[in-house]
Amino acid sequence: MPEQNTVTINRGPRETIYDLSDAGKRCLYVDADPALPAVDPVARFGQYAAAEPPALPQVNEVEIMRHYAHLASMNFGVDVGMYPLGSCTMKYNPRSCEDAARLAGFAELHPAQPAQSVQGALRLMHELQTDLGEIAGFPAVSLQPAAGAHGEYTALMVFRAAHAARGNVRRKVILPDTAHGTNPASVAMAGYEVVQIASTPEGLVDLDALRAALDQDTAAFMLTNPNTVGIFDPNILEITAAVHAVGAYAYCDGANLNAILGVVRPGDLGFDALHINLHKTFATPHGGGGPGAGPICVTAELSPYLPGPLVQHVDSAEDSYQLSYPEQSIGRVRSFYGNFGVMVRAWTYIRALGGQGLRDAGQQAVLSANYLRCRLQDAYRVAYDRICMHEFVLSGSPFAKAYGVHTLDIAKRLLDYGFHPPTIYFPLIVDEAMMIEPTETEPMDALDAFADALLAIADEAARDPEMLHNAPWTTPVRRLDEAAAARTPDLCWQAPTADAHGSR
Amino acid sequence: MAYPNDRKYSSDHEWLLVEGDEATVGITDFAQDQLGAVVYVDLPAQGDSFSAGDAIGEVESVKSVSEIYLPVSGEVIAVNEALTDNPGTINEDAYDEGWIVRIRLNDPSEVDALLDAAGYEASLG
Amino acid sequence: MNYLPITRRQQQQMLDTIGVSDVSQLYTDVPDSVLLSGAPSVAGGISEVALTRTLDELAGQNANAANDYVCFAGGGIYDHHRPAFIDHLIRRPEFFTAYTPYQPEVSQGTLQAIYEYQTGICLLTGLDVANASMYDGATALVEAAFMATRIKRGRRVVLASAALSPDKLQTLATYAASDLIEVRHIPVSSGVTDAAALADALAAADGQVAAVLLPYPNYYGLVADVSVMIAATHDAGALAVLDTNPIMLGVLASPGSLGADIAVGEGQPLGNAMSFGGPGLGYFACTAACMRQIPGRLVGRTHDVDGKRGYVLTLATREQHIRREKATSNICSNHALNALIAGMYLAATGPDGLRSIALDCLAKADYLREQLLATGLFSDPFATDDGSDGSSGGARPHGYEFTLTWTGQTPLRDLHDELFARGYLAGIITPDGTGLILATTEKRTIAEIDAFCQEVVRCA
Repeated sequence: MPEQNTVTINRGPRETIYDLSDAGKRCLYVDADPALPAVDPVARFGQYAAAEPPALPQVNEVEIMRHYAHLASMNFGVDVGMYPLGSCTMKYNPRSCEDAARLAGFAELHPAQPAQSVQGALRLMHELQTDLGEIAGFPAVSLQPAAGAHGEYTALMVFRAAHAARGNVRRKVILPDTAHGTNPASVAMAGYEVVQIASTPEGLVDLDALRAALDQDTAAFMLTNPNTVGIFDPNILEITAAVHAVGAYAYCDGANLNAILGVVRPGDLGFDALHINLHKTFATPHGGGGPGAGPICVTAELSPYLPGPLVQHVDSAEDSYQLSYPEQSIGRVRSFYGNFGVMVRAWTYIRALGGQGLRDAGQQAVLSANYLRCRLQDAYRVAYDRICMHEFVLSGSPFAKAYGVHTLDIAKRLLDYGFHPPTIYFPLIVDEAMMIEPTETEPMDALDAFADALLAIADEAARDPEMLHNAPWTTPVRRLDEAAAARTPDLCWQAPTADAHGSR
Repeated sequence: MAYPNDRKYSSDHEWLLVEGDEATVGITDFAQDQLGAVVYVDLPAQGDSFSAGDAIGEVESVKSVSEIYLPVSGEVIAVNEALTDNPGTINEDAYDEGWIVRIRLNDPSEVDALLDAAGYEASLG
Repeated sequence: MNYLPITRRQQQQMLDTIGVSDVSQLYTDVPDSVLLSGAPSVAGGISEVALTRTLDELAGQNANAANDYVCFAGGGIYDHHRPAFIDHLIRRPEFFTAYTPYQPEVSQGTLQAIYEYQTGICLLTGLDVANASMYDGATALVEAAFMATRIKRGRRVVLASAALSPDKLQTLATYAASDLIEVRHIPVSSGVTDAAALADALAAADGQVAAVLLPYPNYYGLVADVSVMIAATHDAGALAVLDTNPIMLGVLASPGSLGADIAVGEGQPLGNAMSFGGPGLGYFACTAACMRQIPGRLVGRTHDVDGKRGYVLTLATREQHIRREKATSNICSNHALNALIAGMYLAATGPDGLRSIALDCLAKADYLREQLLATGLFSDPFATDDGSDGSSGGARPHGYEFTLTWTGQTPLRDLHDELFARGYLAGIITPDGTGLILATTEKRTIAEIDAFCQEVVRCA
């Protein structure tokens, strides 16, 4: 056990809520109204009546509170410490945004309410559509997609509809090898074939390879820009022009929008569509994996195909708003109007910052990333040694070769120092990759402490590789046996004895 | 790592142990080491026919998936069902207990084009 | 407002360390022609005081179900009571400011909570495996259809009951435009999926059907004789998918016990705010046989190097970050916070509580239905000759949602608007415009129902 550690969270494993169950305990229960006749499920539903209700746990409120409080204490969040996950933009989640989404006038709206009774909600959505369009440089926005991957899929279906409207069925979509896994998966779900092209040694789009791959059968080219190694592609205007030259659409994966927030607009770069992750760039919380929101922005040419419903400003004199479908809409891609609660948070964030605040945030994100890169460039190998955008990639390969210490070991050791590790082993084109995105909301002393921790780990790698192989040491649990989990999947708690808790 | 001399190898890291017009197929020690702990093997069905170069199944580790290619053409006459419960056998004993399928070769001469142990080891560089 | 903790002096230190004199020098890769000269034209930059005022004003322009009207609408989103403790727990920043639990050593809270949520969904649905949740009920249904076509390789026809909600049918139609699946609708007869039409469609598709999608209860509130249809589905070699309101599973036989292969649905009723329809969550469960084709995240239990119990994301080779275009779905998130809420809700209700809530909702739905029929302004659109409302023969039983045909003079849309103006959301108007689909939750009172019925009479 090494001497150096900073314990931020340290409570051991806890039994499940099901293990706590004890027959007869209750928390949420409704007494039948004595004025109404009792409902007999068997008489009512016959064979469709449950013999007995599901064998859920029987616990009291205080036990639930303690249980989840314990679980929370085993978790790391942005409020616990620096969370520099590359391409995830783990910035601070302002509390005003949380409170906003909980206002009864937003949280307690039923989607079937008449439009005139939700004018505030529709106005908020309309303003968000307009603001996102202004920020991204596009005239039309759909707030419907629930996540980035959902936005990608939606945009591909918009492309499909636009090509089809011209009687032009195209079959393939081109991606660089640096693409996020969602890109090819979305392409496949949209019924297209994936064509992957190699990147240049600098991690940029290989224009020759792109031109060779583009043809009349190409529906679209998808690109993350700034890309997944944190570099803004300097050839971007040539790239989008080449895509347009064969009648294909250029798609921007907006995962890295934070880098160019208020500084560059993807719509000005020749892109035809973009998705925005409200849970990245616009500070809505990640929630342990969701919910997020992935609105898409498109050109005027593509706007007739957007999914509905959109919010329209109908009557400027009355200043009223309504939901409508564009003329040749692809339809809806989910129920209702999108993740409205997430939109409220993003709107609140945008209003808090304003245009200048957004630009300041984007610029600070880039400045902080470059500062961190410079602090680490002597001890670590920077995969692309140049000015970066909001994130940069280190390669742990020198440590792997010299000491047998892998990026995974370094990442796990960071946990002992009280930091969440960066994104590791992505992008795939960098050996032993560590992708670091500090975001603009990290104080300078946090950036320095993080850099110091990585420098200390670099020393430890030389001194005591074995200690790193066994890190982390201080977390609630240590390295977990993922192979055992996958070989014999235990995905659902089973009662130890059937009679104690009921069996399924 | 060991590459037994009694069998043939493909550049995609499969081995073939040929007995007459039948062959047992598995993945090499190098392949299992690269994959890490094997957690699942997707096996073909007995009776399936494949052309040379076809993927006949997949080997999964925790964070990767690799297709198993059949370097010659043939029909599956047996599959190693024991891998379903114990996929880790491929890590522990890639050349014996960790075999994947047995096939009847369509054309035993196809085997001639495969690498021998020395050739395979040299191909790993 | 801003959330930038870096001072000007520190910014200068950073620039010095990097070796540039100005932030603009960090954007040298960007063509000059596209660099903005100033900030985008977006309103804001205001204090929290002003922001709060603006938000209150916007929120105040909406009529909300907590203060302004009585909600009798459902259609997937229900006005159930949400236990107070839930919001206190999900405000714990360790939960809501965390990312996906990719580093399990510091994500045991999220992971264990999801494992417990998965267990709750398995218990509700009577199925073996549940994923960590999806975007909503509609996308979960689409994913079920896609999963079935992977399992039933070579088959691409999906038969969808026309008694599914319009939102879900429309979402399916959008996804079908990729030509990877072909959706055919099974018509509704007497308010429920027409079993004879299903049999015909299965026969007509001649072995091409991968899945049959059935609501339970359906958009009109009715519980159809789904066992017969599940059997017909299996006879045709297809998978049976049930789309279910999870609260109803406190009293209804589970999809698994009825032989369904997959159960999906909108999980909002399990303790989540209505929030204008999102974010809720899509729950997704299936049999063990389908496990390796399930879309989305899964949490599994394992142990650490010291033998301590722990949880990890598992079977990740199904997912897009590993299998890319061959992944089981493009989804790379879940609605973790909503699933956390759902898990807490199921822990709070336990078996008896869930049943008590479902029974109370049913009792109040029955009362509302009787009172509305007693006004003489409504008729039962699904009444049969014998007037039976039982489970065998005649009309099918309803859950806590039901449909009535409007027979009054006032145009239905006007009635609906007028009732809203008087403080009642009178359900959802049926797709054919002739009636109302009404829901009651445990929050409704007899007094509210009585007052609502009186207003209906006044507005007739």
